[in-house]
Amino acid sequence: MAGPVLEMRSIVKTFPGVKALSDVTLTVRQGEVHAICGENGAGKSTLMKVLSGVHPHGTYEGEILFEGEVCSFKDIRASEHHGIVIIHQELALVPFLSIAENIFLGNEHASGGFINWNETLKHATELLRRVGLNDHPETRIADIGVGKQQLVEIAKALSKKVKLLILDEPTAALNDEDSGKLLDLILELKKQGITSIIISHKLNEIRRVADSVTILRDGRSIETLDVKAPETTEDRIISGMVGRDLDHRFPDRTPYQGEADAAPALEIRNWTVHHPIDQQRKVVDDVSINVRRGEIVGIAGLMGAGRTELAMSVFGRTYGRHAGGQVFKDGREIRTKTVAEAVQHGIAYVTEDRKHYGLNLIDNINRNISLTALGKVAKRGVVDEHEERKVAERFRKSMNIKAPTVFETVGRLSGGNQQKVVLSKWIFAGPEVLILDEPTRGIDVGAKYEIYTVIDQLAAEGKAVVFISSELPELLGMCDRIYTMAAGRLTGEVPRAEATQEVLMRQMTKDKEVTR
Amino acid sequence: MSTDVTDKVPASAPPGKSGGTAADGNLLQLILGGLRRNMRQYGMLIALGLIVVLFQVWTGGDLLLPRNVSNLVLQNSYILILAIGMMLVIIAGHIDLSVGSLTAFVGAFAAVLTVQHSVAWPVALVLCLLVGAVAGALQGFLIAYLGIPSFIVTLAGMLLFRGLTEIFLQGQTLGPFPNGLQKLGNGFLPEVGPNTNYHNLTLLLGIVLLAFVVYQEVRDRRREQEFSLDVLPRNAFLLKLVAIAAAIIAVTMILASYQGAPIILIVLGVLVVGYGYVMRNAVFGRHIYAIGGNLPAAKLSGVKDKKVTFFVFLNMGVLAALAGLVVAARLNAASPKAGLNFELEAIASSFIGGASMSGGVGTVLGAIIGGLVLGVLNNGMNLLSVGTDWQQVIKGLALLAAVGFDVWNKRKSGS
Repeated sequence: MAGPVLEMRSIVKTFPGVKALSDVTLTVRQGEVHAICGENGAGKSTLMKVLSGVHPHGTYEGEILFEGEVCSFKDIRASEHHGIVIIHQELALVPFLSIAENIFLGNEHASGGFINWNETLKHATELLRRVGLNDHPETRIADIGVGKQQLVEIAKALSKKVKLLILDEPTAALNDEDSGKLLDLILELKKQGITSIIISHKLNEIRRVADSVTILRDGRSIETLDVKAPETTEDRIISGMVGRDLDHRFPDRTPYQGEADAAPALEIRNWTVHHPIDQQRKVVDDVSINVRRGEIVGIAGLMGAGRTELAMSVFGRTYGRHAGGQVFKDGREIRTKTVAEAVQHGIAYVTEDRKHYGLNLIDNINRNISLTALGKVAKRGVVDEHEERKVAERFRKSMNIKAPTVFETVGRLSGGNQQKVVLSKWIFAGPEVLILDEPTRGIDVGAKYEIYTVIDQLAAEGKAVVFISSELPELLGMCDRIYTMAAGRLTGEVPRAEATQEVLMRQMTKDKEVTR
Repeated sequence: MSTDVTDKVPASAPPGKSGGTAADGNLLQLILGGLRRNMRQYGMLIALGLIVVLFQVWTGGDLLLPRNVSNLVLQNSYILILAIGMMLVIIAGHIDLSVGSLTAFVGAFAAVLTVQHSVAWPVALVLCLLVGAVAGALQGFLIAYLGIPSFIVTLAGMLLFRGLTEIFLQGQTLGPFPNGLQKLGNGFLPEVGPNTNYHNLTLLLGIVLLAFVVYQEVRDRRREQEFSLDVLPRNAFLLKLVAIAAAIIAVTMILASYQGAPIILIVLGVLVVGYGYVMRNAVFGRHIYAIGGNLPAAKLSGVKDKKVTFFVFLNMGVLAALAGLVVAARLNAASPKAGLNFELEAIASSFIGGASMSGGVGTVLGAIIGGLVLGVLNNGMNLLSVGTDWQQVIKGLALLAAVGFDVWNKRKSGS
């Protein structure tokens, strides 16, 4: 068997306050396709950023050997110079430039500052043929689909004389057909001697293209398995991914006691949503879920499963194009076409992206909390500032928001405290149904515990809670029932008693092959 | 895959532990912090004070002569009116380039009504404000509901209203206006009561204003104490009160020793207080800050962003109409070239006064301070007979310096 082309030894990467990678070792053999898998936040992307020089040499500890040489890349250009090219999940193409222009962006065929178009087009055509793309190189990027854009990225990598190609979840945004083509291309490139690292959640994909797989968990490299070996089953990989123990990180919670036949506080039936731009793609596909008062219902899924898209499209159609489905509240159908309507019906959506969708970062705690329900502290359109301040003070105390006063600018707070402000804001709106989207993302363990306690209280007060999370332990620790989603579809519903990480992960990685 | 690495904290950390409490904050630090955060506003106020003192010295005391102060108010009133509306537009994250042309257009409309058709001036005034509202509403509709960028819509508006003005006036200057309307631009409060060598009504107004402001300040402080918030220490508070009182008394005395308070100053005062209150306390004002500060978050919070944007532009139209009436009244004629570059002066005032290009920041008072900085620079340089060429250079530098200071200050505080 061929020797290693890449060795990453004892990589440690620390961000302020957090260890993202602790002692990761990765060995990739010449000419293989090497998969990396792990839960969201396991450190996969960080590791690849270290490798490609996004996190430059000196900001991490450990050693990188590529083709037997010690590497100290100071930026992406340096790693590309050595033939290491990374293709990020969010494609880095300029939409209004042509395919050819994008391929050679920053690396133009030019003499004296002027582009040689003949050579550019000729070379681009060759590269496109290699990746199996028939479009004319002068087509604008904006006019081709995501699948083809992905191929353009690979052509761009080839133009840089790539030796090691890194693909970060390349199929996450693709449909079945495009995914298939892409995976074929990776195998084709392998024949041409190009080594690939592919980050993926989809176990069937890994089995199809990869030779070996390295599993990361909580910033550590757990093990490397030979995919072709008979003992490497999907279950084997799953248990590697979730292996950690459940420790006491959740408040003690009395499970939901209500009657199973009570009308659910919120029920979503046959909900389908199309992608806002690529309208052929169903981002949410015929999903039906429900939640009762006093119940905490989890939605588990990996990136691209459609959880946030489901929540946002229900909440005032704030995502995608609605293509069908109904929402019922206490058994009666309701309209939730605008955010105002959804709020009026007592629905609150606490976003996963608090900085962009949750808070006005340049304003203070006081005004962020009151925004959704200003009417409650206002008379005839005039805000009673003292009432407003009282409310904010109340939340500052009850939620333990750490800030000197409620007039502190929200942008200056830590992630955990920002999250408490977002939660306060929605609790103040007085909803009956709360959809919490990754409410503990990016915050420390102490603050997480506080947020769990709040969620628990909300359920105890009789509110219905939908809890979307990528962290299985937290779903297992908090929820009465857990739905699983994969690629836009509902793939399972597991009651608390039967839920384990393995069961959930199996359903979360279920791909469409079953229904095909 | 998630790039959130921050949630991977060693699971062994004790749950539920919270750090220091809120009351730990050192009082002095709090005040300094507050000052630093409001650096822009205080900074500009201080800068305004400095400019006034400098020109007072350079002009040998001419700047603060009662007649000149009166003039200063009359000269700048329309820019200040526009700056108030512009501040709202900029806070909402937009821009309005059409206001200068709209001022001219409304002035022309007023002239056609009153001079050519002898419409009674109060009726004309109402009709003019209506026209402004319609113009603003049209632009607001295109911006808010059709999603055309405000820069484009109002750039088109700028050309369009300027053209319509010229068509309306057929290139002529139209005047004079009826007496009632003229008062809006040049008039003063009437004199009443015994002869005191001062303008009695103005004195009275000054006293009422002083009492009101002191009452408000004291009440606010007491309420803040009720909420056990940190307030200014007693000495500092008294100092602040004395400073405010001194400023009010000084302006009152200066104005009262000439012809009294200009009518437009009263109008302006009402606008500043009214808009200040709306921006601070009304749901509508809050929503303007919210959509300017973070539009997606505001939308997801149920703020009707389109409606708010629409009304912000409608409001700008009304204020532009008012400014148009004041300009026309002051010149006592409607001219096709009226209001030239007013939009730029209003925009500059807003930015000098603390607005941010990206929206969500600014106060009505800031716009006024910004407008006054420009106004005093103008007036002072006129007194010193500086040519308009150099005036423009200096005003350009003032704008750069103000915004540059802001950027530098922000970078320094690392936010």
